[in-house]
Amino acid sequence: MPDSGTNTGIGASVRRKEDFRFLTGKGKYTDDLNRPGQAHAYFLLSPHARAKINGIDTNAAKQAPGVVDVFTAADLAADGVSGPICGWVVTQKNGEPHKSPAVSALASDRVNYVGEQVAIVVAETLAQAKDAAELIEVNYQPQPALIKMKDALANGAAQLHDDVPGNLCFDWEIGDKAATDAAFKKAHHVTKIDIHNNRLIPNAIEPRAAIGDYDSGMDMMTLYTTSQNPHVARLVLAAFMGLGPENKLRVVAPDVGGGFGSKIYVYRDEIVTLWAAKKLGRPVKWTAERSASFLTDAHGRDHDTHAELAVDKDGTFLGLRVSTLANVGAHNQIFSTATPSYLYGCLLAGQYRTPAVYGEVKTVFTNTAPVDAYRGAGRPEATFVVERLVEKTAKEMGIDRAELRRRNFIPPDQFPYQSPCLVQYDSGDFPHLLDRAMEVIDYAGFSARKQASAERGKLRGIGLSCWIEACGLAPSAVVGFLGGGVGQWESANIKFNPTGSVTLYTGSHSHGQGHETVFAQIISEHLGVPVESVEVVHGDTAVVPFGMGTYGSRSGPVGGGAVYKAAQKIVEKGRKIAAHLLEASVEDIEYAGGTYSVAGTDRTKTMAEIAFAAYVPHNYPLDVLEPGLDETAFFDPMNFTFPSGAYFAEVEVDPDTGVVTVLDMVGIDDVGTVMNPMIVAGQLHGGFAQGIGQALYEQCVYDENGQLLTGSLMDYCMPRADHFPSFRTEETNQPCPHNPLGVKGCGEAGAIGSPVAMLNAVIDAIGVNIDMPATPEKVWRALQSQAQAAE
Amino acid sequence: MPTVSMTVNGQPAAGEVEGRTLLVEFLREHLGLTGTHVGCDTSQCGACVVHVDGKSVKSCTLLAVQAVGTEVTTIEGLATNGTLHPVQAAFKEHHGLQCGFCTPGMVMSAVDLLSQNASPSEPEIREWLEGNICRCTGYHNIVKAIDAAAQAMKG
Ligand code: FES
Ligand code: FES
Repeated sequence: MPDSGTNTGIGASVRRKEDFRFLTGKGKYTDDLNRPGQAHAYFLLSPHARAKINGIDTNAAKQAPGVVDVFTAADLAADGVSGPICGWVVTQKNGEPHKSPAVSALASDRVNYVGEQVAIVVAETLAQAKDAAELIEVNYQPQPALIKMKDALANGAAQLHDDVPGNLCFDWEIGDKAATDAAFKKAHHVTKIDIHNNRLIPNAIEPRAAIGDYDSGMDMMTLYTTSQNPHVARLVLAAFMGLGPENKLRVVAPDVGGGFGSKIYVYRDEIVTLWAAKKLGRPVKWTAERSASFLTDAHGRDHDTHAELAVDKDGTFLGLRVSTLANVGAHNQIFSTATPSYLYGCLLAGQYRTPAVYGEVKTVFTNTAPVDAYRGAGRPEATFVVERLVEKTAKEMGIDRAELRRRNFIPPDQFPYQSPCLVQYDSGDFPHLLDRAMEVIDYAGFSARKQASAERGKLRGIGLSCWIEACGLAPSAVVGFLGGGVGQWESANIKFNPTGSVTLYTGSHSHGQGHETVFAQIISEHLGVPVESVEVVHGDTAVVPFGMGTYGSRSGPVGGGAVYKAAQKIVEKGRKIAAHLLEASVEDIEYAGGTYSVAGTDRTKTMAEIAFAAYVPHNYPLDVLEPGLDETAFFDPMNFTFPSGAYFAEVEVDPDTGVVTVLDMVGIDDVGTVMNPMIVAGQLHGGFAQGIGQALYEQCVYDENGQLLTGSLMDYCMPRADHFPSFRTEETNQPCPHNPLGVKGCGEAGAIGSPVAMLNAVIDAIGVNIDMPATPEKVWRALQSQAQAAE
Repeated sequence: MPTVSMTVNGQPAAGEVEGRTLLVEFLREHLGLTGTHVGCDTSQCGACVVHVDGKSVKSCTLLAVQAVGTEVTTIEGLATNGTLHPVQAAFKEHHGLQCGFCTPGMVMSAVDLLSQNASPSEPEIREWLEGNICRCTGYHNIVKAIDAAAQAMKG
């Protein structure tokens, strides 16, 4: 690990400022907070995947010991409070907007998935609330559930929502169909795949939680919640759910124990907990049990895809055709329409020059939990399609996997590169990434290693993925044009204190990413203040004026960009103050590393002296300049960022048991400027673990009745320490031209590139196509059927 | 309601609890020691690991009444006079934590490992952590930190 030394600026592996509190048990997560006089909430969840609700009798529950009150959908509807919303309008092939059924704050006349919230019980203790929930009589009339997408789309299938014919959320397309059809006509070879991108459950280790609080004197509501974006939560609660206005609502997201997308959304339990606090005039606290998290947190992925790649006789890609069914679950949420459309389709060209691409996606409502953005959101799915197809093409054509990719890479001198899928890639050097990855994994030595494994009776495989993604959401104008509902800027406010220390207020929420350290490094670099003297404040709408939050690897490029811009404003105001103090003209003042000087002289003023003068303006140009050193900036870049990478996985399979052992995982990434190498590597490691988890272990399974069979950590295989080797990561640096720091973002990269590299390695080892997760059973069965076919 | 008493982080602690109260609930809700976390309801995640009489234990798996008379150490009791325990220091030095939610359990578990095995190999560290789930770090830097702590403690 590079030594941080005394340098605390950009590029140093500064140890994290936030760690002391977490290591000593002094972190403050939502469930660690308690409000005076609080009551406890428990939600009654639907045991049925699809049922009519003919009535709910809460009388017995209301009489139970300690119960404060019990509420159902009717109580919330009476107060005009509604449920989760969709944040992105996708325009369908036929020009119409996608279908977004209205969602009530609690299930009203029907339930559409197991775990759907039906009633809230508020009691003096949690145990009393749970006991009382058992006394609620819900008159359910169960109906056959539609769990598989094909069944939900079948002719004559029952309708989940009155206003959604055929259970079709949208039928959308991207690219040029005619050009792609023409390309296929010229093909020498066409490779076809049918693949399933397995459904995942995010499982941040901190379960979701919320505390509602109401101050009647101020008529002010406060929601403490496990959110990645408290300001967006406030906007959505106030503007769409009837819990406003914004100036009377404060949302606090204190320490948050991981998000991975699952804490972007405003969930029913948060809406209802907040509302109940106001209704009852006392604080109400709710914390999910893990089993409820499994049922109610937004799930991820769940695509079925048929794809075809047309190539000429040299293996040059001519055209790509992709047809995907994506499961959105029972109802829409904030990003559930954007994820399988733009966040997926825009990346289908991958790192390649494929001139014609056509993709179509149908999204389907089913009787399962809502599906929404989960680490990578759409881009792992796109990478999976492209890189499975390319790998299979190499095999079918007898061309080396790396060589085939190299022949089709967008050359480094072609950037900016207009993809046939709407987006313009900003920068990259794909051949360099691949060369370096081949060196690190020792690609040339693989056949010898395979031979050595074979001698021990093991099957060894290697898998590659060369991937690109679009992140750093921003830019607002493009997002708005494509149907996004909100702005995508970020804001930063830098306040110098009179004695020279700094407080930074950022709208980017940190829940593991290390913003408190990295943003302090930006300040250190540009304002010459050591990181110890920078306090980074985030997560409270009453303290931080504005923010759009943390998702889509946007904190570095967009949040960091705002910090940089605010720092530049500080520098410019400081220059004027320095000019006054040094009795020179502004043009003659030079600035570097926290010190102003008069050009050509040894007369200087430090930033600390400037700050003091700004707040104790006894000798100050008050006639032309306001006192104080406090600047706010908003940043809204002109393009997305495009991180890319080349990943290799190497595995060994035991043919007797089907167990896959991960031997090596190498990632060479271009994430733009690396602000803190230690933190970037940590982000990639975490992404690898989630990606390999998807490839080998994790699978959300509903039975045909819609019961979640993988509803606990005993049934859903979360990756453990002994599933992995140490990972090998390296970063190359092609700065992003669209933000002042040159950052591309690294939060999702690992989870985007690794699943398909790992699956490619397993398939290479066993010689049979299988779907993720490559569990021992699945691998063993594939080997058995291969052996039988050979007999 | 039964009364329980035990020693927590060197201090006597007592309270009235329901029979069904878990040790972790007693620590968090009665004593306000919220450093010990709850990440699951099936004894899988390990966020709740504390030491009971010097051994790592999932405090969600023990009733408070079962801990009567024991010496309990939580993450709050590990540092001495503001100086981090070598395992805590190594987690910081090697970036063994991101969101911090699994961290108290990871650290308490690792301290017990090193008390039983002063020089664990990498596979031994990984296997020991089987009962601690981290969703953020991919375990890479946790393993590195525990290895470094072992070196430092032998130092
Ligand atoms: S809380 Fe998960 S093991 Fe104890
Ligand atoms: S650091 Fe977040 S779960 Fe381990």
